[in-house]
Amino acid sequence: MDYTVIIGLEVHVQLQTRTKLFCGCSTRFNPDHPNTQTCPVCLGLPGALPVLNREAFHLGMKTGLAINCEIPSFTKWDRKQYYYPDLPKAYQISQYDLPMSQNGWLEIEIDPETRETKKIGIIRAHLEEDAGKNSHDESGRGHDSKVDLNRCGTPLIEIVSEPDLRSAREARTYLEELKLLLTYIDVSDCNMQEGSLRCDANVNLHIQQENGETIPTPIVEIKNLNSFRGVEQAIEFEVQRQWEAWQETRLSLHDVPKETRGWDADRGITLEQRGKEEAADYRYFPDPDLAPVTVTDAERDKVSSELCERPALRRNRLEKEYQLSAYDAAVIIDQGLAFADYFEQVAKGCQNGKQAANWVTQDVLRELKEGGLEISAFSIKPEVLAALLEKVESNEITTKSARTVFQELLKSEEAAPGVESIQSIIEDKGLAMVSDTGALEAAVQTVVAKNEKAVADFQSGKQAAVGALIGQVMREVKGADPKVVRELLIKKMS
Amino acid sequence: MSTQLTQDEVLKVASLSRLKLSEKEVTALGEQMGSVLKYIAMLDELDTSDIEPMAHAIEISNVFRDDQLQESLPRDQALSNAPQTDGNYFLVPAIL
Amino acid sequence: MSITSATASELLAKMNAGEVSSEEITAACLAEIARRDESINAFLSLQGETALQTAREVDRKRKAGEPLGKLAGIPVALKDNICATGTTTTCASRMLEAFTPPYDAHIVERLRAADAVLIGKTNLDEFAMGSSTENSAFKITANPWNTKCAAGGSSGGSAAAVSAGFAPLALGSDTGGSIRQPASFCGVVGLKPTYGRVSRYGLVAFASSLDQIGPFARDITDAALLLETIAGKDQRDTTSLDAAVPRYTENLEQPLKNLKVGYIEHLHEEGLHEDVQKATQQALDVYQSLGAELIPVELPHARYCVATYYIIAPSEASSNLARYDGVHYGYRAKQFDNMIDMYAASRGEAFGDEVKRRIMLGTYALSSGYYDAYYLKALKVRRLIRNDFEQAFQKVDIIASPVTPTPAFEIGELTDDPLAMYLADIFTTSANLSGIPGVSVPAGMSQNKLPIGLQLLAPPLEEERLLRAARMFERETDWHLKRPE
Ligand SMILES: [Mg+2]
Ligand SMILES: [Zn+2]
Repeated sequence: MDYTVIIGLEVHVQLQTRTKLFCGCSTRFNPDHPNTQTCPVCLGLPGALPVLNREAFHLGMKTGLAINCEIPSFTKWDRKQYYYPDLPKAYQISQYDLPMSQNGWLEIEIDPETRETKKIGIIRAHLEEDAGKNSHDESGRGHDSKVDLNRCGTPLIEIVSEPDLRSAREARTYLEELKLLLTYIDVSDCNMQEGSLRCDANVNLHIQQENGETIPTPIVEIKNLNSFRGVEQAIEFEVQRQWEAWQETRLSLHDVPKETRGWDADRGITLEQRGKEEAADYRYFPDPDLAPVTVTDAERDKVSSELCERPALRRNRLEKEYQLSAYDAAVIIDQGLAFADYFEQVAKGCQNGKQAANWVTQDVLRELKEGGLEISAFSIKPEVLAALLEKVESNEITTKSARTVFQELLKSEEAAPGVESIQSIIEDKGLAMVSDTGALEAAVQTVVAKNEKAVADFQSGKQAAVGALIGQVMREVKGADPKVVRELLIKKMS
Repeated sequence: MSTQLTQDEVLKVASLSRLKLSEKEVTALGEQMGSVLKYIAMLDELDTSDIEPMAHAIEISNVFRDDQLQESLPRDQALSNAPQTDGNYFLVPAIL
Repeated sequence: MSITSATASELLAKMNAGEVSSEEITAACLAEIARRDESINAFLSLQGETALQTAREVDRKRKAGEPLGKLAGIPVALKDNICATGTTTTCASRMLEAFTPPYDAHIVERLRAADAVLIGKTNLDEFAMGSSTENSAFKITANPWNTKCAAGGSSGGSAAAVSAGFAPLALGSDTGGSIRQPASFCGVVGLKPTYGRVSRYGLVAFASSLDQIGPFARDITDAALLLETIAGKDQRDTTSLDAAVPRYTENLEQPLKNLKVGYIEHLHEEGLHEDVQKATQQALDVYQSLGAELIPVELPHARYCVATYYIIAPSEASSNLARYDGVHYGYRAKQFDNMIDMYAASRGEAFGDEVKRRIMLGTYALSSGYYDAYYLKALKVRRLIRNDFEQAFQKVDIIASPVTPTPAFEIGELTDDPLAMYLADIFTTSANLSGIPGVSVPAGMSQNKLPIGLQLLAPPLEEERLLRAARMFERETDWHLKRPE
């Protein structure tokens, strides 16, 4: 007997608006000051009414288009009723039968070796309001739970995938690609620690019987997945658990209702969630307080034209346009939109993509990591780095000297040293490549005269002997081009 | 449609509605809801298969607000009507 | 005419002439309330002190020649489901007995800006669910014409307050007739505007797609004055309409030429009280004598209104009232086993019978397996009802009908039979379902000395037409001048 793993993800992403979905309260993450970002609307006070945030709808459309969804010309708002203390109206304003976007896909790479890709279907992506946050007494003594409504009403987009994912690894890759995409198009910061990206996974197995029949095991929804690792581990655990359960019980999907389990990251297991004694009946109906939204083709096209190049496409383009390795292109793309922009500016400025990629993925990235910086805050602006690399290209300085200049630029007291700083550092440090052949030839003469043994070694066929001599000449004449020095030495000794 | 709701039906709806009812209320509601539902059944006379549902009294669309901050309530006012707080949070009996 | 029986327009003229002060008017209203409200029970709370303060401030401004609002110095009563800071908004429910909103409803802001004097909060059926104000958790409002009779509902307190001389103006809310029916029972003018004409921001929701705030007054002129004060777009209510508000008081005295008055033939003849039928016929005769053309109109789906209404209204109510769960505000039970039990106990203890009944009906109609048969079906019939009016208004300018099948019934008469109570909404619910404006004007007196109202309906946003047509009738009759003893 064998089985196939069937996974679909429901991802909730907080949209980057200033204010909440239906009121003017701030969406700032502010757990240290509970219940300070609320108003009659998001407190659900009697008589208060919701009004839709234009920007939230706009970001929702951007998201839908980025994941290749159709944007229907008519969409509306529905109430989803359930009781929970973090939901003050006892209903969530969401979208039920007519979501704002549907039928899309996201392409992921499922094999880094063969670079095989796969399109994961997206059923729908709809807008809805977030709930507040409950915190429970961890002591186990049954103390009161606390409710903070700061987050209540924050705009979320819920992205529901088709059950197209076939392994925990694929699920993780999908989620990583989705996060990258959403940060690229600047609709969310996708900060998982702060809960801006949350994931539920629907998992079951299709068991292949010896008679050729396939039996689906009961579907389990795993909640509370708040890290990439968590998603992967929880699914792996759940697959194993379901396989064992199948062998024991032989229960299929048709025998039991969908079960909800919570991921306990500390213990590394999924747990049955208690307290749901009745099957969910959300009694969705159109929210009478809100008007539907219609979208024209022209409006949709306008948002579409605002979309930047999606990361997957850009990754491919970088490889082709700048002759980068797949690895370098991926490293650059994974750092986010601003970083990729930085790279391209450097590459275009210095006319050497490969060299730009080396510097950006090694030198620049190392500095960012050490300093805990964003690329936008990095003091060496792309035009400055491009100018520096151009000097290497045109043999004005050596790569080694360029590194010295780079370090000096970082030490500069200016917030963002300009291109002219490069020249003054080169001059101060005497890093300019020496074009004065007279001085160079004199130095070669002196070094050859002082190193009879090395010269004899060279003349007896030991090419490596030149290396030591190059170093000596370079010490005499700062900024000399090692290639030229090598040629002169060889000529002299031959 | 039956003219009376069974006790189980009433209790199921009461549970969805989060209403604790006395036995007397359950019986009365079973009868009263039954008679209203029986009256409402007159709508079955109408063929509405081609009719668009009308959820709003007026047809409006695309009403938005700008993404502009409005002042929030001070915390003490946000909590001022709550049955139980600790001064920072709303308090509820242990959820778990 | 005494202060407590005068209209707001008369009182404004007297104040402007320096004959009386707002403080005197306010004090006179408060004195009348002190004298008589024990037997009427129109008010749930009074803001006497702050009202007098406001009155004195308005008097000072008037004396100093400072700019004044439209209702400067006029006492106004608010139905207690309209939020105002500084006092409780109880919705006549144990659930909100101690609830003090931290914000003003949009219309309260408008009233304050108009220098009105907010005098008190009036009684209603709990959460506006009912037609008699007997469903209040705190008191039953009596009809000022006969205290054995109901004031009507759900805005019974506001209607009784205006009728009894407690305040010249009051505000109510109308979800299925809750302004027009008590206005009819109490012999005052009550107007339900077009859905969206007045912002609902701060009106505690009963059924959001049907609720609308509107004025109570002693005559049409006052109703027009109060409507033009509160009407207009509010950014905080998505459903409030972005349409210019005419100056309703300006053209009021100009009769409508070639007016076509529609009337309904054979509608619900069996249940219709003889006195009501007579009053309606006499009103039509008045219009005919004024040169109006009387045209019978067909409203083929009118008989389905009550059934449609009693699916849609409870469905929305079941959702709107879910928020009262004892967590963030409102009543919390003292004893419970756990969180879920806390919800159920709090709601079970704090809601009255009618509220529970409607929550149950609405939950049922929306629940899985029943949604299509009830809620969705009702939304479709709602469109048919609206289409009927669209067609009728192609032929006529306004439609005249009774407001209720009978004059005020006795307190306790219908409380044991919810369905019978619902059926009395037969003439009023259609306006809410279709979103159109309607007004109730005093148009007769029953043999038992109880007022009878006439309902006029107009197409959406045609309040001006409605008021002018009503004023034509009012000028020819003196029903609006009668006051209870
Ligand atoms: Mg959701
Ligand atoms: Zn808010």
